[in-house]
Amino acid sequence: MADRPLPTIYPETQFYWDGAAEGRLLLNACTSCDGKAYFPPRPFCPTCGSRDVTVIEASGKGRLYSYIINHLPAPGYEPPFTVAVVMLDEGVKMVANILDCPAEPEALVIDMPLEVTFETRGDMKIPQFKPAGGPSA
Amino acid sequence: MSRASIAIVGAAETTRMGKVPELSQTGLHADAALNAMAECGLTPADIDGVATGGHDVAEICQYLGITPTWYDGTSVGGCSFITLVRHAAAAIQTGLCRTVLITHGESGRSNNRNHRPIFPSMQQQEFESIYGPLFPPSRFTLPVMRKMKDDGLTEEQLAMVAVVQREWAAFHPRATMRDPITVDDVLNSKMIAYPFRLMMCCLVSDGGGALILTSADRAKDFATKPVYLRGMGGESAEGPMISQMESFTSSKAFRVSGKQAFDSAGITHSDVDHLMIYDAFAHLPIYGLEDLGFVKPGEGGAFIAEGNTRPGGKLPLNTNGGGLSYMHSGMYGMYALQEGVRQMRGVSPAQVQDAKLSVVHGVGGMFSAAATVVLTTENQW
Repeated sequence: MADRPLPTIYPETQFYWDGAAEGRLLLNACTSCDGKAYFPPRPFCPTCGSRDVTVIEASGKGRLYSYIINHLPAPGYEPPFTVAVVMLDEGVKMVANILDCPAEPEALVIDMPLEVTFETRGDMKIPQFKPAGGPSA
Repeated sequence: MSRASIAIVGAAETTRMGKVPELSQTGLHADAALNAMAECGLTPADIDGVATGGHDVAEICQYLGITPTWYDGTSVGGCSFITLVRHAAAAIQTGLCRTVLITHGESGRSNNRNHRPIFPSMQQQEFESIYGPLFPPSRFTLPVMRKMKDDGLTEEQLAMVAVVQREWAAFHPRATMRDPITVDDVLNSKMIAYPFRLMMCCLVSDGGGALILTSADRAKDFATKPVYLRGMGGESAEGPMISQMESFTSSKAFRVSGKQAFDSAGITHSDVDHLMIYDAFAHLPIYGLEDLGFVKPGEGGAFIAEGNTRPGGKLPLNTNGGGLSYMHSGMYGMYALQEGVRQMRGVSPAQVQDAKLSVVHGVGGMFSAAATVVLTTENQW
């Protein structure tokens, strides 16, 4: 996986990638909005503008919100592969690949439960998702 | 009674479209600009406002020999040119300039250029691109499976968008793809990003277009038939991370832009004779019909599949064949505007009889931005 693209990390997002390196999916959450999580990270709340925000660890659970099966080339990927949008239980959406699951419409059921896993890329860990409860058949 | 304040007095595309390897991207801008100036009898010395997207507006000024008192380089993707129509209208109304040239040129196919037209998004690259959706067909399509589940949109309905637009393209000698196609042809075409097949994706072309706008009271000074702006249009933006769209079944930017344009023009949907909705991919006219309010949420796919937008249907949509069949340079919004102008001038090869009002709506980036304008043949209403 070493030739897959690595993210360019900025000061505001360093904590997210540091968390991933430890196998933790970290999110920002807004104190003024009753602890509502948001994504991607930034040091203020995109709903109310407050700078009074915290970092929380996500449950790592979510569901398959939408996806495509990509037949176009991408460095380090062998098409076809799944590009998904995952809806976390915390109510935020994020992009991931669906690991341990065939890139086939029959195996990718909208709203199926997913859980976070971490893919090693170079020195980094990248948050990914897989079907909850282990690999599918 | 309201009177029109802004008129489009010049409108032209590049001399050739599709494959134009002999021109650079700057050259495509210039070719379209010279064609538009020629048809309304202007020279670069007559232009005091210049606007373009996806290209340095100052370079366009220098290349054409124009010294502007106003310029605008808004670059939010393909709807930039629709956005720039309303920005230009505001500039003319407030006296910042008198005669605006809006240019588009894009060497999408031959790639005779030194840059891509849209600013890269830092957050999109950090949190989306690393997962492999590197091209528009694998990004723009991401919300669609959700819409299929929630709204009952089908692959056949998506295919029908391409089929119906090909029927319109058949009228246009300049359209790249003119041969009739069937739903089976579309569904059997090469898989690109499931559920999207090749024929549900736009073309990749070279080309350009230009518009010249001035105040409506000067329109009589030009030999061309004026096309008037009704109201001031609309625009909005939701942002380049498609995964962060508030809804996957509806574009907030579309809804805000469309409502603003309709309210400003004082029109209802039954006033609209002709409609252009930027179609980089087959789902966009469906989202557009719903988000502009022509149909209820979830009904766009069936509306097109039932034939309402095809030649002879009650709502002629994308009458040039759209980005799927006419051409798509990368930022297609200019060509949607050009067909809207042709329809209002009464000169489209797919002319809608007695059409007096055209709505032109576009997307920028991948549901990142939107713009809408209302064009009309009438100088008062």
